[in-house]
Amino acid sequence: MNDFVGTGTLVRLALRRDRLLIPIWIVVFVISAAGSAKASIDLYSDQNALVQAARTSNASPALVSLYGRIFDESSLGEVSLFKLTAFGALLVGLLAGMLVVRHTRTEEESGRLELLSAGVLGRYAALTAALIVSAGTVIVLGLLTALALMGSGLDTKGSFAFGLMWAGAGLAFAGVGAVTAQVTESARAANGLTAVVLGVAYVLRAIGDSSADGSTQWVSWLSPIGWSQQVRAYAGDRFVVLLIPLVFLVVLIAAATALIRRRDLGAGLVPPRPGPPRAAASLRSPLALAWRLHRGSFYAWGFAFLLLGLLVGNIASNVDGFVTSDSAKEMVQKLGGVEGITDAFLATEMGVMGLLASAFGIQAALRLRSEETALRAEPLLATDVTRSRWLGSHVLMALLGTGVLILVAGLGSGISSGASLGNMGRQVPRMLGAAAVQLPAIWLVTALVVVLFGFAPKLVTGGWALYGVFLLIGQFGEIFNLPQWMINLSPYGHTPRLPGGDFSVTPVLWLTAIAAALTLAGFATFRRRDIG
Amino acid sequence: MTSAIVVSGLHKSYGSTHALDGLDLEVATGEVHGFLGPNGAGKSTTIRVLLGLLRGDAGDVSLLGGDPWHDAAKLHRRLAYVPGDVNLWPNLTGGEVIDLLGRLRGGLDEKKRDDLLRRFDLDPTKKGRTYSKGNRQKVALVAALASNVELLILDEPTSGLDPLMEEVFRQVIEEDRREDRTVLLSSHILSEVEALCDRVSIIRRGKVVETGTLSDLRHLTRTSIHAELAASPNGLAQLPGVHDLDVEGNRVRCEVDTAQLDAVMRQLSASGIKSLVAQPPTLEELFLRHYEDDVPAESEAAVR
Ligand SMILES: Nc1ncnc2c1ncn2[C@@H]1O[C@H](COP(=O)(O)OP(=O)(O)OP(=O)(O)O)[C@@H](O)[C@H]1O
Ligand SMILES: [Mg+2]
Repeated sequence: MNDFVGTGTLVRLALRRDRLLIPIWIVVFVISAAGSAKASIDLYSDQNALVQAARTSNASPALVSLYGRIFDESSLGEVSLFKLTAFGALLVGLLAGMLVVRHTRTEEESGRLELLSAGVLGRYAALTAALIVSAGTVIVLGLLTALALMGSGLDTKGSFAFGLMWAGAGLAFAGVGAVTAQVTESARAANGLTAVVLGVAYVLRAIGDSSADGSTQWVSWLSPIGWSQQVRAYAGDRFVVLLIPLVFLVVLIAAATALIRRRDLGAGLVPPRPGPPRAAASLRSPLALAWRLHRGSFYAWGFAFLLLGLLVGNIASNVDGFVTSDSAKEMVQKLGGVEGITDAFLATEMGVMGLLASAFGIQAALRLRSEETALRAEPLLATDVTRSRWLGSHVLMALLGTGVLILVAGLGSGISSGASLGNMGRQVPRMLGAAAVQLPAIWLVTALVVVLFGFAPKLVTGGWALYGVFLLIGQFGEIFNLPQWMINLSPYGHTPRLPGGDFSVTPVLWLTAIAAALTLAGFATFRRRDIG
Repeated sequence: MTSAIVVSGLHKSYGSTHALDGLDLEVATGEVHGFLGPNGAGKSTTIRVLLGLLRGDAGDVSLLGGDPWHDAAKLHRRLAYVPGDVNLWPNLTGGEVIDLLGRLRGGLDEKKRDDLLRRFDLDPTKKGRTYSKGNRQKVALVAALASNVELLILDEPTSGLDPLMEEVFRQVIEEDRREDRTVLLSSHILSEVEALCDRVSIIRRGKVVETGTLSDLRHLTRTSIHAELAASPNGLAQLPGVHDLDVEGNRVRCEVDTAQLDAVMRQLSASGIKSLVAQPPTLEELFLRHYEDDVPAESEAAVR
């Protein structure tokens, strides 16, 4: 049992460190679920409208592959929440996996764990503590979600099935995080690997869900997110399916502990290879260094954006083939015909890409702060490099990086939708334009991190909080009847809806101008402050 | 003699912590200057102000004739810095970091680079995250020492080195001194300071409390005396600078402020010296006196 000595201390330490992070995340999930439930309950006062909406959704391959299938078209709970079933499970999984990595590999990498291990700490203590914290978080999250859903008027059994299937996805990905944290040497890589597994899980379930004749439906069962859907909350409430993520977690914990036994503290599974003894001739400026530091994550994001773009474009072009029932045809006509509905879908997905690209921008800009606190900025700033040049190098990576990412997504969706609609020449420029108009809002959010970095470096992670607020405002502002000025606070709300929508240049110029002003303010304040 | 570094009346607070409290420091061009003081005394803070990384709240700072806050980048071409805590980029090799920092400073002396890598026994192909603390320190040292700059600012550069490597460090600094390079060396290792430094400044609670050559400082310490006299001594207790006096018949033990040695010896020889052991002051004593807490120092002052 000595292998577990100190677990309790580490759990307390982790909870103390995350005393804000964890509750905020839990609240965001609970509010999202309850908000969606409330909105739909208000909307579908009449059973016919409910069934109609469910049929339309099930008839749309775009929606099905994105969100999943509605199993019971007459279930108020399921129709209200189906958009949050798979997607929410994905996000809960992300939270759970990152929590495990944060309290294992991140600690080990920074050397803090070494400090602890020198005292009395069993070799499994850190992993056990991280798993306890992560599993505890998603279980509490699931239970509170269930209670909130009951509170908004949905039935008890279904609400618990919903909350627990979220928790189930969290448990499965806590296990994934436990393994990736052992395999890689850097927390960044471990998180990246977890994200890849999440992405694969999401795509697998999309394949299973989109299977028209049911022949590939089994693919869903390969995906932890698919398991969450198969609990069928509010449509049968199959609690027994929750055993699968539990068994999965146990297997992954066994794998992770086996890996721990086989490796040294601080090392990964893959032994480090020696690198070049001399720097390449190009590594001679802060910008070259910044590129070196960002390029790995940039390539990964770029690849993901290209795939997403291609996928979204492809889905969009299938819309009309699947609209078979008369009522659905009528609905499509109301929404502006096939082109109208395709464009509406593409515009929505472009907006989502904009949100995702912003996450890259925020993360890239936050690199400034981690370089500073890790004392890696100091030796650079003690050379010929001015502060503005150093700051500029990372800001450029963030701004150009987001630009390239969103255009890659635009290009991908343009190509795939154009190819299947047979009008590539028109679709590619349209989608590139739709991608480009996302940029001002993305840059504004990135610039908020830059200005925080210059002005209040200790609060720089507040960038994520602002991002979260903008997301919530965008998703739920109208549902909760927030005042218009509050809804206007989110930059994303001012982005023109393209393709198909009206383009107006004024909000684009305003967003760009504000982003530029914030960035400049970041430079000005950073030049005047202390480093460290 | 010109000065590479002149600091006067420097104040710096972090919130409520007054890290520097009117610090004065002067480092002459071409000297190796030791910078000593207990943990948290403000050495690293001073060095960061000198590098323009922090802005002093009050006081004047001149570095190589310029203002480190306003002319930071320009001045940095002429100096090299080794931080106390060296963190490397996890996926860059040591060799890449050395080249990068050297290039950003305006160029490396290739011959020196190879020579230092060999002498410090450093493998430049390892990735940053796989170096031990001492080896990370060596990467920073090679990067700094391989450049032909006027001024080296070293913040506890040997804190992670093993004794063998510390010896190499001493030799390299010795050679740099011959090339008339100025060195500001913050350190806790007294033998290192004693071996390398022309002058030292001792900082305590944000103020420089002693500065001078080592022999100047030795002067401030006490010599311990054991003497056997022909007759019992008298008048010793009344002499200034005599401490811990212990008389047993004709035997005398005491500690004497080195500056007062002459007067005490006269007094002793007046009673006829039969045997005498005088122990020269050690630097440790001096430093420990300054490193000690305020409490004994204050009570000593009260007794005087
Ligand atoms: N970023 C900071 N924020 C708040 N206080 C700080 C900060 N940096 C240093 N201090 C405080 O300033 C004082 C001086 O610290 P400094 O690092 O200059 O000491 P030092 O002489 O280098 O010590 P050591 O020998 O341990 O390296 C200490 O009391 C320290 O706690
Ligand atoms: Mg220090």
